[in-house]
This record gives sequence, structure tokens and C-alpha cells, in this order.
Amino acid sequence: MYKYDNYDQQMVDARVSEFRDQVARRIAGTLTEDQFKPLRLKNGLYLQLHAYMLRVAIPYGTLSGAQMRLLGDIADKYDRGYGHFTTRQNIQYNWIKLADTPDILADLAKVEMHAIQTSGNCIRNISSDQFAGAAADEIVDPRPYAELLRQWSSFHPEFDYLPRKFKIAVIASETDRAAMKLHDIGIRLRHDDAGAIVADFYVGGGMGRTPMIAPLIGDGIAIDHMVTYTEAALRVYNRHGRRDNKYKARIKILVHEIGADSYRSQVEAEFAHLQTLELEPPAAELARIQAMFVPPAFDTTAPDSVDRSDPDFAVWLDNNVHAHKQPGYALVTISLKPIGGIPGDASADQIRLMADLAQKHSFDELRVTHAQNIVLPHVKKADLYALWQMLEANGLGTPNLDLITDIIACPGLDYCSLANARSIPLAQKISQRFADQGRQQDLGELKLKISGCINACGHHHAGHIGVLGVDRKGVENYQLSLGGSEGADTSLGQITGPGFSEDGIVDAIEKATEVYLVKRENGERFVDTYRRVGMAPFKEAIYG
Amino acid sequence: MKILTGNDLKTGDVIWWTGYDWSRHVEDAVDVGSDADTILAREEATRRVNASYAIEAQKTADGVRPAHIKDRIRALGPTVRPDLTLKPTDPEIGNWVI
Amino acid sequence: MVDVLRYRTDEMVGDPGVTVDSFVDPVFGQTNASAVRLEPGDDARALLPYLDRLALVEVNFPAYGDGRGYSSARILREAGYTGELRAVGDVLIDQLSHMHRCGFDAFAPEHAITREAADKAIATWPEVYQRTVDGRQPIWALRHG
Ligand code: SF4
Repeated sequence: MYKYDNYDQQMVDARVSEFRDQVARRIAGTLTEDQFKPLRLKNGLYLQLHAYMLRVAIPYGTLSGAQMRLLGDIADKYDRGYGHFTTRQNIQYNWIKLADTPDILADLAKVEMHAIQTSGNCIRNISSDQFAGAAADEIVDPRPYAELLRQWSSFHPEFDYLPRKFKIAVIASETDRAAMKLHDIGIRLRHDDAGAIVADFYVGGGMGRTPMIAPLIGDGIAIDHMVTYTEAALRVYNRHGRRDNKYKARIKILVHEIGADSYRSQVEAEFAHLQTLELEPPAAELARIQAMFVPPAFDTTAPDSVDRSDPDFAVWLDNNVHAHKQPGYALVTISLKPIGGIPGDASADQIRLMADLAQKHSFDELRVTHAQNIVLPHVKKADLYALWQMLEANGLGTPNLDLITDIIACPGLDYCSLANARSIPLAQKISQRFADQGRQQDLGELKLKISGCINACGHHHAGHIGVLGVDRKGVENYQLSLGGSEGADTSLGQITGPGFSEDGIVDAIEKATEVYLVKRENGERFVDTYRRVGMAPFKEAIYG
Repeated sequence: MKILTGNDLKTGDVIWWTGYDWSRHVEDAVDVGSDADTILAREEATRRVNASYAIEAQKTADGVRPAHIKDRIRALGPTVRPDLTLKPTDPEIGNWVI
Repeated sequence: MVDVLRYRTDEMVGDPGVTVDSFVDPVFGQTNASAVRLEPGDDARALLPYLDRLALVEVNFPAYGDGRGYSSARILREAGYTGELRAVGDVLIDQLSHMHRCGFDAFAPEHAITREAADKAIATWPEVYQRTVDGRQPIWALRHG
């Protein structure tokens, strides 16, 4: 894992004192709310439906046991005993007091964490593959590259007032677990023909009200120009992105309106210019960072077999445990989606327990996934049973990864001031309706995603089944879409037709799953069947 | 009726205008008629409230109820965490929110 | 008249900046002007052929949230402009350090900022992560000598 040196520590400490001063000025009245708002947003502090909300960055979703434990302690000390893990690999606290925020940031800084640029029209927390460093299919660990970009983007003086927020993801495997093409910039590291690592830049993807899949803009950029190329891509956006309409201000609209070719040639011209200015950190810097991401000291004699005799354990193994590149080890995903629970929420005690388990079983490392779950990346197969028993005993053993009850849901109208409708109660009802494990298993991989408004924090466009909350004359209403996906087969869902009430949409989803069960052919997932047979049979069953 | 709401600047608590002060309980809200802008400007300037605005509401037998669901949820707390609402022990309390 | 906070020692240019359009127009242009005012939508690169005769470029920030002026400033400095680069308009104290890093060396904020507060704001960051045009060595350079 990355460790701060004195420079990094100084920077977050400087940020804490800057924000302490800004909060004091706001409370004293020298800053108006209009002036303060962009400043607090750059420290992840929102004013939400019930209170201030603080979003803490978890860079590329990786944290240590000590960091995780502190997240639990913050939930107890400054909030109401829980936190919410988001689709951006961050954590949010819902009941924060303005006057406490400088102290919270100071506590975070002690474990090398921060809330820098977790909101506002700037470069946000860099996300990555939650299996980075452990996945069997990666060509290299993408996180050192993400860390290089994290430092470059931190307090970048030119890009602090972009037209709109800016999200970057970095991956290094064929399987895209980070929805890379749905980011403002998605970087895929790959080998070129000569075997060197190069970066493909996909620019202009995103969800929101105009979902778009990013086109390939930079093809095989040399790795020792990655930062410079990113800078060029951002400068073209900062200068030419639309600022007349907030809904058209994301880079996807710019790329779409001027065309990928025109955008590419502008970036190339800027890139050629910037290359003369020596903006790129030297290879030694990447090497320094990479040295902190060396694989842990695996026990090469660890047995590779697991005793599956407990049937409940076997179900969890099959659903929540993935292959590790090191024999004798496994990747464990802890589901934060108990049946009928609030997707992504974890109590302070659960957070601390996961910290302990990471220390005991996973070389002190955890990951947050964009599906709002937690990963223990390096667990000895021999420890799996004991680990599972601890998880089970604490409400963390739900064996539903990628099944229909592993629902992604944004906070919606229960917490979010932008929401049109509640997301969580709907997720809870769907989860209860499909609670039966055999039924879930029969439906197989089925990604259900719910957003409480068009901002699409719940990634509904990318759900095999997507739900969008809308406001129909002051009453909550839900639109259903089918056929979205993220990853290698990225696609955007299509709306089925007229919207539904809360109960109506649960029924409609159930009908859609029934169509799938009837129509599916060998080994097809829900989304495959939908792609093959099209919308018509689903529509007929749903609206009949 | 028209009532005023916003958040406490320091704590972030949802608060309602009572005619002379701010309360956490929507039941204490009073009709401000056409004075909304004057009151809000004054209260924002003295930083007794933040992000304030005026909304429509009805007076019912049980108290003042905001017209829009968003403000009813603000008045109570998250519907999915009754334990965190203003009246965690009253099982009926959420019935007017939705 | 707005006070100008200057971080340079030469004489201040008194002339008001002319617009980019009127400056670069080949027929009616005032290409002998020594001061130009850039609006957010103006292309800073239009000025590159004339940098040696410019003593002042004002970059207007009609609203602090429009960040195009940061790029304009860097582009001018990257091209070797050494005259005064002045941020005018909705320039707030919390933006000064970033503006300074992008090459601004004068500020004419609508709402006055004291020299003392501006000095403190510009010194916000003990070190910096990026190479820009302010001559500071980025952290990566310090780490690797
Ligand atoms: S999708 Fe809308 S309702 Fe949901 S968290 Fe985002 S902004 Fe809020």
C-alpha cells in the first residue's frame, strides 16, 4: 500500500488548516454560503436533506486495517454510528456538524486519509479495479498509476474550476471491473506489440441524464507520458467544455458535440505542446510508488483446497469468493447487502470488525468496490471457513455477490437533497421479494441498480435491470430499464415504458425475471437473453 | 400556509421558523404569509439559519405538515431508519410522511 | 477604482486593456496597445504573436466558478510572456494561490483583499505536486533530486 512521506503529509495537513480557517470564516460570517459552498465541496462537505454530509476519499478503493478502523471510529465519534459506502469507492457520513469537520479531517490526516476533491467541479477521487494487485488477469497493478494521477490531480491549480466534475478510472486487465468506459477518462493499461506498458485513454463516458460510452481517444500512449496526456485532455476540456448549461457541461457532451476526432486532434496538439514543458514525473517516481505495492509475503506452501462440507459455507464460497493469482489464496467479497438491509451501509462495529479481519486474514488490506461491497483481497484458503463464520455472526455473510439482491442503490430521497424518489425502501422490497437463495441462484448474475434521480449515482443506466426514481406531481414514481451493463460488454439500458408506483415496480421486475426464466437458453445470463430476444416479450409481460 | 425552513449553520439540523426563533420540530412552524423574503434575509444575515427557503404546508389536527414529500422527510428523518428520526419511539409517526 | 495587488516591481501600466478582437484585428486593430483584456471565452493563443509588445494582460473572471482564465494564464506564461498578468473581477482570496501558480502576478479583486491576507493565501501550499509556470519544483522533483 502507498505510504505518505513528509511531503504528502504536509499537503494534507496544509489542507486541514486551510479548511479550519475557512470554516471559522463561515461561522464568523466573513464568508457567505455562496462563497463557502465551493470551498466546502472541495473538502467533500455537502449540505444534504437532514444535515451536513461528509464524503471521505478512499483512493482507488484501497485501505489498511488502521484506516478502516478509523472510519468506524469517526462514525461513532462524530456521526450516528454508521457510514455509507458509495458507488465511487468512497464513504459518506450523513450527520456531520460543520464545526466538527476540521477535527474530522485532522483525525483522517493522522491515518493518511482526506476528503480532498471528493466533490466540486474538479478532478475527483481516482477509482480503480477492486481486485487490483490480486486479480489473475491483470498485466500490472494499476494502483501505482492511479496514485501518480492522484498526486498530480491534488490541488491542481489549473483544473479546480472545471465546467463540471471530472472522474478518472484506471484499470489494467481485460475484464473491466471499474466501469471504466463510463468515466470522464477511463485509462486501460495494456502491453503494446513490443511488450511495453502503454495507456489507452477512453474519454467522454458517463451516466447522468445523457449517458455515453467513452470512445477511444488516446491509443497506446507511452506510459512515461501518461500524466502529460491527461493534462492535455483536461486543458482542452477546461477551455472548451460548455459552461452555459450545467446539464451539458460534462466532457462527454464536448466530445460528443465536436466529435471524437476533433477532440482528439485538439488534445494531440496540446499534448505536443505540453511535452516540451517537462511536466511528467520521472520513471523513478513511478518506481518509488510501485515499490510500495509489491505483493505481500504469501505463504507458498498454503494448501489450495477448501473443505466445502458445510453447505451454507459452500454457497458463500461459490458466490463471494474469487480466484487469486497466488495459489492457496482467494479474493473475498463481503456483501453489504443483507436481505432487506440498506445497500452500502455498515455500522461502526461492522467497519471495525472488517478492519480486524483484514489485519488477521488479508495482509492488512481492504478494498471498497463500486458495487458498494468490501473486498478482503488476500485471504488464505485455509482461513476462509473461520472468516466466514465471523462474517456470518455479524450480519456480513450474505452470499449474494452479483445476484439480484446485491443491489446498488444511491441514498435517494431518504438522505439526498437532489432526489426525486426514495431508492432504499425499493431496494429493501426487491431484496425481500427475491430473498430465497435458490431463486436468486436460479436467476444467476443479475445486476440491479437504482438511482433516486437522473444524476445516476446508482448507475441505473448500467444495470441489467435499472430503476430511476422520478417525481410525478409530487408522488414518487419509478422508471424501469433493461439491458444495461458495465465492463467489457458496456451498454446502456432501454426504458421499458410508463413508470410505476413503488409496489408496481417490484411486480414489474418480477415479471421481467419470469420472462427470462422462460426464454433463456443454455448458460445465458438475464442480460444475454434480453439482448437476444429484445424488449418486446418483456414489455408484453410487464404491461400485458 | 407558507412556512420557512433551512438548516442550522453549525449543526446542520433541519429547522423551522417559529415566529421568533428556529425549532427542530415542524409542529412549531408558523404561517409567515408574505413576509418570507424579509425574514429569510434577516435570519441568513445573522447566520441563525443556512440554505433557507419557504414552502407550502397545511395545518392538520396533528400539526403542520409540509406539502411536498421531500420536506416531510426532512421534518421527520430518513424513513428507512426510524431509530434516527425525531420520534424514534413512536411507531405511527411515519404515516404522514409518505 | 479597484486596488491592484501586485507581485512585481516594475511600473504599473496605466492604460485600460483593449479587447482581444480589437487588438488583433488586422485592419482596424489597435495592435500598438500595450494592454489587453481577455474574457473567459477568448483564445489566449491569439495573443501569442504579440507577446513582446504587451506589458499587461488582464484576465477577467466574471464569476469565480468559470475557470477558463487559469488555462489562459498558463498558456501565456508557457509561451514566454513576462509582462503583468492580472486577474480581475470575481477574484476571491481562496483562489489566489492557484491563480498565482498559473502565472498571475497581479490581482484586482472586486471586493478588496488586504495585502497581508493575500500573502498568506498565496503561501497556502508548503510544496506542490505539479510543475506549472511559477518556477516551483514539484514534489516529485524534490524526491528525486
Ligand atoms: S442519483 Fe440523485 S438521488 Fe441518488 S444520490 Fe445521486 S443525486 Fe442523490
